[in-house]
Amino acid sequence: MKTFLKVVIFSVAVILFYAFYANEMIPQVKPAPPPVEAKLDMGSLTMEQFIQMGDTVFHGKGTCELCHNPVGGRAPLLDQVGKVAEERLKDPRYKGKAKTGEEYIRESMVEPSAFVVVGFGVKGTNDAQSPMPVVTSGAIGLKPFEVDAVIAYFQQKAGVTITVQLPKEAPSADDEEKAHVAAPAKSAEEVVNKYGCGACHKIAGQQGALGPDLTKIGAKRNKDYLRRAVIDPNADIAPGFPAGMMPPDFGVKLLAGELEMLVDYMAKSK
Amino acid sequence: MKLSSLVVRETSSGKRRFIVSLFFFVFLFTLPFFKSAEFFPIGTNTVYAAEQAAPAETPSAKEEGKSEAKKEVYPPAPKLTESDYPQVKGINGRIMAWLAAQLHLWFAAFVLAVPIFVFVIEAIGMATKDERYDRMAYEFIKVSLTAYSITAVFGGLLVFTLIVFYPDFLKYMAGIFSPTMLAYAFLFFAESACLYIYYYGWHAMEKGTAKWIHLTIGWMLNVVGTVLMFLANAWVTFMMSPHGVDANGVFEGNMWHVIHNHLWNPINLHRVIANVAYGGSVVGAYAAYKFLSARTSEERAHYDWMGYTANFIAISALLPLPFAGYWLTAEIYAYSQQMGITLMGGVFAWLFIIQAVLIGALFLSANYYLWCGMERSKGAVRYTKYIKYIAFVIVGCFLVWFTPHTLIMTPGELKAIGGPYHKYLGPLGIMPAKNTAVNIMLIFTFLSFMLYRRCNKIATVSWAATGNAIQIAIFAAAIINIAVLGVYYGYFTNTVYKVASSVLQVASTLTVIISCMIIDVLMFKGAKEVAPLQWGKMPDRSQYALFLLAVSFTWLMGLMGFIRSAIRQHWHVYTVFRDNSPDAFTPTIGYATKIVSVGVIIFMAIVIFIFWLGQISAKKSVSEAHH
Repeated sequence: MKTFLKVVIFSVAVILFYAFYANEMIPQVKPAPPPVEAKLDMGSLTMEQFIQMGDTVFHGKGTCELCHNPVGGRAPLLDQVGKVAEERLKDPRYKGKAKTGEEYIRESMVEPSAFVVVGFGVKGTNDAQSPMPVVTSGAIGLKPFEVDAVIAYFQQKAGVTITVQLPKEAPSADDEEKAHVAAPAKSAEEVVNKYGCGACHKIAGQQGALGPDLTKIGAKRNKDYLRRAVIDPNADIAPGFPAGMMPPDFGVKLLAGELEMLVDYMAKSK
Repeated sequence: MKLSSLVVRETSSGKRRFIVSLFFFVFLFTLPFFKSAEFFPIGTNTVYAAEQAAPAETPSAKEEGKSEAKKEVYPPAPKLTESDYPQVKGINGRIMAWLAAQLHLWFAAFVLAVPIFVFVIEAIGMATKDERYDRMAYEFIKVSLTAYSITAVFGGLLVFTLIVFYPDFLKYMAGIFSPTMLAYAFLFFAESACLYIYYYGWHAMEKGTAKWIHLTIGWMLNVVGTVLMFLANAWVTFMMSPHGVDANGVFEGNMWHVIHNHLWNPINLHRVIANVAYGGSVVGAYAAYKFLSARTSEERAHYDWMGYTANFIAISALLPLPFAGYWLTAEIYAYSQQMGITLMGGVFAWLFIIQAVLIGALFLSANYYLWCGMERSKGAVRYTKYIKYIAFVIVGCFLVWFTPHTLIMTPGELKAIGGPYHKYLGPLGIMPAKNTAVNIMLIFTFLSFMLYRRCNKIATVSWAATGNAIQIAIFAAAIINIAVLGVYYGYFTNTVYKVASSVLQVASTLTVIISCMIIDVLMFKGAKEVAPLQWGKMPDRSQYALFLLAVSFTWLMGLMGFIRSAIRQHWHVYTVFRDNSPDAFTPTIGYATKIVSVGVIIFMAIVIFIFWLGQISAKKSVSEAHH
């Protein structure tokens, strides 16, 4: 019986140590919830909002950034794809059907092997086959208007003329059901979740530790300050935090309503 | 008292096991018939994609009757809503399914692995005519027998849980896999038959031709068990990398295609190796428990030897396991870069830091047990001075493996370190450093084993000095090669070469293990023994290393099982069948590890209870033997 108890105590202690380590010593990152299905008001969409939708799809639902980033080197960077698209059409290796830059970018998303940038093909295929998934099917499942939004985003990013047309008709019921990307957030908590503020800040129940704690920020800062801190984060640096940590583009990412909701929320957090 | 008198004959409990197994078999046998919709009154809100999209029947549709008939037999994956998932007050369906599946898997891994090495040990016993091997093989299989019925119980619980909480999912899977489920049920029956004949016929088939028949039954038991696992693996991997269905999840009619999906073979290999390592560790824990409870030096000697053998099996399988895991991960990337990056670069990345701690614990405890084992030999004094250096290298490698890529820090810490990445420690966080560390750790663990193996021997061959020199040269060359590959290709070239160089690192490690083992076996053939090995002369603390090994293995399996399943994210079947249940979210690491810990506590409680029962029944048997 003594051995039995000793062994039980030892085993439980080991298990509890692992549980403690995983809970207390490892940062608890809250994964994004499954995509929410929401309705989209396409009738009143402006080109700025459409580009914004493309930005959000690129960094969110499209999961493009997983590979097209400067860290991993897994896929070519797309900052200038709006510019180089026309040049690719003249490349002797190009075997697609596109006639314009816009068509080339669309084709590269729905038929990735039409042209593979040198060095980024599937191993052993001599860059004839792309490892990229078709973005309109499978786990990504972008709708045609979302593909167009991403093209508009690329063109705007490269500084070329935006040739994509805004969607003229309301999307089908199925489109509406799935298009969650550009839906404006309905509450400050949704804004926090949508833009991942909690990854760095303590806010709305999230426990980020890289940036200042915002749970009582309203007691110290007024709305003007808070608005500026979102739009131009390097304008004022909180003591003890290095400059340049916060992405500077929330000013163009957040919709006006979302920004105001967030600022109100922070101002009331006392 | 002879050890053979400890053998417990359990006819009444055998009947109970048989009844449980028969019940499970009957249950599994009926499962494929659940394909029929009337078995599933729950989930009436389910809308199948084809039904939703199907227009009213037209003459042309009638003309296409034959092609449509195919779609009627194999419906697309249903589009479920929250209300299609039955709720039972006070019970969370996902946690219930999670724990039932995990407990089933732990016990199943154990009962599939033990017959593999029991077969090998029995064959060694036959070849060497050393009865100790036969006794030990019998005791191993005895331990797994109780676990066999518990495996069946948890398997049944899992199926019931799926019927109650995920009826539409089960219906969809049964719609595709029903022939394999039927085969599974038959094979389960065959496995039970093989196991019971193998175990209960052990003493009746001890001599002559009967022994050969017995060994053949052991071989059949392994074949049937392995095929069983491969079938279950097909279901699991289909959920991760579906094949043989179209984009809507409509089965295209070729059973081999859905079985032979992209991740089937990598998982098959990984699970076979991991099961052996795991089975060895649990049997090692059993031997440790018996060692600690032993009252005579003869018992201590027997269970020391059993623990050593079990640990040897566990470590032998542990060494190639990272390579099988590497292949599996590479295939996940090859199937879907998204899934691969979710696994290694997304929210799951931190789980690999926990994995590093666990594998570090496995390696350290295994090495510690080997070092303690040197006390059995008087010749070990020649090598004990090297242990501290080996320990230093292994701990150093563990720390590299353990270094995270990005640290979550307080603002003060962030400022002090100069940004999110430390100047010197930052580079240790990426895979090339970790690949280098794990390969060196494996090589030094192998070195520990080699020292242990030769500590009681003196080579008598004329070329012993040359052999030693060659071995040292192979070790040195491999370590330099691994380090250079890791540093140069890891930091000074692009990603493609980083990945490719890891293959050469693995090849270096395998070269060391295989070539040095061959040289060692030849060099110590006919070697002189320093003194007889003193089995049983082990400190009690060494036995806790075996427990640490078993508990860490169990926890690690639970964690990795969670990751394997969770990288599907909000999909029942990745990309074709979405999970719309209220529990479709990916939990935080803390949440997941709490569930894993609860599962491990339940598992260990049952296992230790089985050991304790074995102790009680053994005492009874001893008492009867004295009478």
